[in-house]
Amino acid sequence: MGLAIVVIIAVIVIAAIAGYNSLVSLRNQVQNAWSQIDVQLKRRHDLIPNLIEAVKGYMQFERDTLTQVVEARARAISAPDQASRIQAENQLTGGLGRLLAVMENYPQLKSDQNVLRLQEELTTTENQISFARQAYNDLVMRFNTRIEVFPTNLIATQFGFHEAELLKTAPEEQAAPKVDLSLGAKHA
Amino acid sequence: MAATDFRALERTNRRETALLVAVFLMLFTALGFGLDLLIGDLYLTDTGGIGGVPLLTVAALIIGIIQALASYYGGSRLVLASVHARALTPDTPQHQMVLNVIQEMAVAARMPPPRAYLMDDPAPNAFATGRDPEHSVICVTQGLVNTMDREELQGVIGHEMAHIRDYDIRTMMMIAVLVGGIAMLADFVYRWMWFGGPSQRRRSSSDNGGGNAGALILVVVMLLAVLAPIFSQLLAMAVSRQREYLADAASVEFTRNPRALLRALQTIANVESPLRNASRGTAHLFIVNPLEGARDDDEGFLDNLLSTHPPLSRRIARLQALLDQPATAAASSMQASGH
Repeated sequence: MGLAIVVIIAVIVIAAIAGYNSLVSLRNQVQNAWSQIDVQLKRRHDLIPNLIEAVKGYMQFERDTLTQVVEARARAISAPDQASRIQAENQLTGGLGRLLAVMENYPQLKSDQNVLRLQEELTTTENQISFARQAYNDLVMRFNTRIEVFPTNLIATQFGFHEAELLKTAPEEQAAPKVDLSLGAKHA
Repeated sequence: MAATDFRALERTNRRETALLVAVFLMLFTALGFGLDLLIGDLYLTDTGGIGGVPLLTVAALIIGIIQALASYYGGSRLVLASVHARALTPDTPQHQMVLNVIQEMAVAARMPPPRAYLMDDPAPNAFATGRDPEHSVICVTQGLVNTMDREELQGVIGHEMAHIRDYDIRTMMMIAVLVGGIAMLADFVYRWMWFGGPSQRRRSSSDNGGGNAGALILVVVMLLAVLAPIFSQLLAMAVSRQREYLADAASVEFTRNPRALLRALQTIANVESPLRNASRGTAHLFIVNPLEGARDDDEGFLDNLLSTHPPLSRRIARLQALLDQPATAAASSMQASGH
């Protein structure tokens, strides 16, 4: 009888340790996934000046689109806090999406090797940002679920594990790309 | 069997693989212990238990493990050499794009990117090998690079990445050990029979019922020795097909876009050329069976049983079923316009 109680206590203790460790592991993975996104965002900042330089000459009528991208990038780099940084990055994503779409209307761009190379660099960076966000959200979902289910929810509240926030697609990113077909009268 | 989403598909797949592997282990143990009982390494005790050490079972296992370790640690190099692959470098914009797609899928799969190799073959195909994500390799054919657009490439490379992440190479190696072990044990039975085994059987320590039990064990072991090798081959093929379906589902998990792999498989299905440098040993590593070209269609019950890959038509159908779910359809159309 005494042996049974010892065994039961041992099982509970082991389960508790396993639960705690899994929470720690998941929380670290979530932080790692967040910094992966950060790495990709910084890569994007570095690519943009070269791209703007390369396409500027061809796309004189798209000043608005180009300016939006340059300004969003500046805001993202100099953002004072997390919230404004996220907003600026989302606007940058929207602006770049519109730029890439508009570039389709300029066949001359396709013959410029430099432009093609930069376009590919930008496309893969945007994709990697998107996948990094997806990976982050997947991990956050697993982490939050682990915090909520029984029995790990007991350990979570005991040791102060808090749910992480999912990254949602911002409205700025969801806007459909605008293609400006006017002949440039209103561009300064 | 339409699944609601890729997560449900993955769950079912992993469960079924575990079941298949369990059957494998039971088969191996049954044949091994049966043989050891017959030749006397094991014996039935008075209380109905089993005593002794199953020497032959252990021997078969050890030999198999040594073979597996050899291919485990030396594996990638051998395979790459046998298909005459060379390192994939960004020497053309096209190759740079392939390297970028590999990087993208590595981010989605939360893995370090595998080393990239290229085969100069016009048939569109790809394979992955390596014992774990840190020591892995992806190889694509020039034909694949020429025929696929970016979306399709994501699907194919996602599929290959999934094989690495889910340790499929390791699983199939373990299966190969068991298949080899079963073949070896069956061989022992034949030799034992040939050298007049039944008449040399040592008596078990208990005499009551010893004769009847002995005869029964003899019959069972004979049956197993004949059937087990064939059955284990079929099982191995079933596991291989299961892992292919799982890799398809995981590719969707990475891209969140069933259209990617779907279009890629459809493109491959319309191409009819077998791969020049593949062999029986490497066939199971490719995304599509490389030996017969793309004739992976439903060729009938028996043919399908012996194939390492499921028929292309069925793989396409499963992906189409995912696409027809309202949630994924909306998501993948957003994704397609964005990338």
